[in-house]
Amino acid sequence: MKRFTSLLLAIDQTTSTSTKTELIAQYLQEESLEKNKLWTIALFTGKKPQRTVNTTLLRKWCAAEANIPLWLFEHTYHIIGDLAETISLILPEYNITSTSKSMSEWIEEMMALKNADEEEKQIFIINAWKSMDRPSIWVFNKLVTGGFRVGVAKNILIKALSMFTGQDPTKIAYHLTGNWTPLKTTWSELFNFQDITSDHSKPFPFYLAHALPNENIPDIDPQIWVAEWKWDGIRGQLIKRKGEVYLWSRGEELITDKFPEFQRLTSMHDDFVLDGEIVAWKMEKPMDFQKLQTRIGRKNPGKKIMSDIPVKFIAYDLLEVNGVDIRLKSFEERRLLLEKIYESCIGEVLKLSPLIHFESIETLKEVRNESKNYQAEGLMLKRKTGIYHSGRKTGDMWKWKVDPFTIDAVLIYAQRGHGRRANLFSDFTFALWDGDRLLPFAKAYSGLSDNEMKEITTFVRNNTIETFGPVSSVNPKLVFELAFEGISNSTRHKSGIAVRFPRISRWRKDKNPEDADTLKHIKELLSDSE
Amino acid sequence: MPLLEFSEKGIYCSQADCFIDPWRPVKKALITHAHSDHARSGHTQYIATKDSVPVLKHRLGSFINILGLNYGEKILINGVSVSFHPAGHIIGSAQIRLEYKGEIWVVSGDYKLEHDGISIPFETVKCHTFITESTFGLPSFRWQQQKTVFDEINNWWNKNKEEGKVSIIAAYSLGKAQRIIQNIDPSIGNIYTHGAIENTHEVLRRQGYNIKQGLKVENHTKQDDFQGSMILAPPSAIGSAWTKKFGQYEEAIVSGWMAVRGIRRRRNTERGFVLSDHADWDGLNMAIKNTGAEKVYVTHGYSEIFARWLTEQGYDAGVVKTEFTGDEETDLQQENQVPV
Ligand SMILES: [Zn+2]
Ligand SMILES: [Zn+2]
Repeated sequence: MKRFTSLLLAIDQTTSTSTKTELIAQYLQEESLEKNKLWTIALFTGKKPQRTVNTTLLRKWCAAEANIPLWLFEHTYHIIGDLAETISLILPEYNITSTSKSMSEWIEEMMALKNADEEEKQIFIINAWKSMDRPSIWVFNKLVTGGFRVGVAKNILIKALSMFTGQDPTKIAYHLTGNWTPLKTTWSELFNFQDITSDHSKPFPFYLAHALPNENIPDIDPQIWVAEWKWDGIRGQLIKRKGEVYLWSRGEELITDKFPEFQRLTSMHDDFVLDGEIVAWKMEKPMDFQKLQTRIGRKNPGKKIMSDIPVKFIAYDLLEVNGVDIRLKSFEERRLLLEKIYESCIGEVLKLSPLIHFESIETLKEVRNESKNYQAEGLMLKRKTGIYHSGRKTGDMWKWKVDPFTIDAVLIYAQRGHGRRANLFSDFTFALWDGDRLLPFAKAYSGLSDNEMKEITTFVRNNTIETFGPVSSVNPKLVFELAFEGISNSTRHKSGIAVRFPRISRWRKDKNPEDADTLKHIKELLSDSE
Repeated sequence: MPLLEFSEKGIYCSQADCFIDPWRPVKKALITHAHSDHARSGHTQYIATKDSVPVLKHRLGSFINILGLNYGEKILINGVSVSFHPAGHIIGSAQIRLEYKGEIWVVSGDYKLEHDGISIPFETVKCHTFITESTFGLPSFRWQQQKTVFDEINNWWNKNKEEGKVSIIAAYSLGKAQRIIQNIDPSIGNIYTHGAIENTHEVLRRQGYNIKQGLKVENHTKQDDFQGSMILAPPSAIGSAWTKKFGQYEEAIVSGWMAVRGIRRRRNTERGFVLSDHADWDGLNMAIKNTGAEKVYVTHGYSEIFARWLTEQGYDAGVVKTEFTGDEETDLQQENQVPV
């Protein structure tokens, strides 16, 4: 446990990406237990162990151990804002005699308590507390309460694993995707670099585009580039392998159950992995994004909602066909193969994203202005010879939005409104990623409906970390798209930038905080706008 | 009528017609210590410990009318016996004891029980009624011995030095700065102090305190000269243009609030060392118990919660409402309330 705790503390104490990478790589080197390494990777990629002990019991036991009344525990918790930490700070000084188990042992023993009675759970928890120092207790409590969140971006972990295994980061990224668990998956299964088809639900890492900077616009040569609409839906990866269909969101969440219409594809002859956009589609055209939101919220949707809001998958790339990874082929070649797959498709749930050929960048600009008519946010530009990269890479693909000033940001503070809205949270502060920390960059007033605001208010109440007067800091979980009129440099703001008239344009329920934009990204918008 | 009352100007003794740490201008003010939330300007007469007179003059102006008393020295004000006793908070800090017709009240001011090596250690004063601060009056706040914390700070400094970096610590000029400069290991490297800190230190030196001399940050000092050194600066200087001249640096905050990870992260600092000039949970409870007081008033912090706790422990406890603007350590927590 200690080694893992030291790793977390060391990560917590640095903002340098390269230091974090080295720390993780060093940990992987020094840690001899495979299980510990697997759990570390699992936890760092957001896979949490199942909760078996509820927090009410933890509070009760901690107060009893510390010999304080429960109300005092609760008040203290309210001020500290983090249950795991509050417990670790309040527990008395124990004389540590027994040696602590390893992190994976603790997790798995905890998971095994699922059907145990209260007394058994209490003995387990208190023994654990008594065998650890305070920082380890904090980490242990985080594991028990399921509140584990660590300040490590995925690409840092990938880089560290790449240093450790000597394998290419792209390969590592691919092996980390999908549904694996340290309970069943071994190290050699997870990183089986020879046979990639062992888990046929596994998605590929998405290739993500930067916004097209103004200075690059003249370089868009119609001989070299093609355009497509930037569809306003949810990015997804549709996998059909060995008679089964899987659908992944960009946040690498398996969302197959939410969209049963794609099960029709199981009877297709070919196997494939498609990259594209899930879009609500009716009467031969895309529906408003809000409609799609209501579909995202539902697992196993009923007949009514499926006929009211049917969805389609607009395919724009093909990554694998009949077991062959074709990501290193050129876009043109992949597109030809994609068109073939599309021709053979059945069930009318697939659409092919049409290519937009253009004579000059000037004519393309005019096309772009039509975006709204197609429910598109603008255009995507793709280099005909470009390969399918992993993650966000510059060079072979650009997004070129009509309204360039939108950004996905994470909600971190909420403030109560005035008057009619005094019991609702209506003013919000949003943050962007700076390395692996969230940096506040804009305050926006609600552009949301009263219903959405009620939903957010409930969220804020349940996720408050600290309160300062009317302001609550909340767990960074929700992502919103903000629109604004302009950006400028600012020394007054911690983020170094100021945005003009920021407003919430929509709630991105389909995105995880990890998918929010970076400060670097918004600074690129700044240089575009100058 | 009780010996002390709580008025809108501060704690008031009507028999002696004087206030303790008042926040509005009054005729006669008894001052526990020189921190700005306790010692305000505009009073007609000040009474404080001799040890805090120079700093009070430095902060409020040399023209103030002030009477300095030795610790334990008694003066009579209209029949009320008033004396100042060590509070261990900062140099010159005191608890104020008032006795009238056999009834004894003590106002703690800010205090801590651990001996910091500079200020005169806290002394228990028996009383009937004790007015205590409660800045860290929650069971989550328990300090380690300062030696442990200074070992951590020295290790951090050493590590930064090995990496060719400068270490910068944000420290308030009165209290923290002295405690740090006196206790860190000077063999690790050079120690520079910001002008605001050095000015206070000069005042303390003139009154006989042997505060170590910090190097001055001159405009012409070259970046290379700072490498591996430690820089003590007030929090306002951190993150300003002033720190640019040091090249690569790491910064840390030293405060009791650093025990809370959320606060540490909100302050956007990588390193937080948990060291406070206020008593922790155990310290508050022990100090109160040792006074033998039956009645306890709580102020300056988590007053309601702490008073409720004391009531359950059998004390007759109440809350003093103060016009609380936060002391130097509390400021640290409340700064940046507006998140952007
Ligand atoms: Zn003070
Ligand atoms: Zn104070």
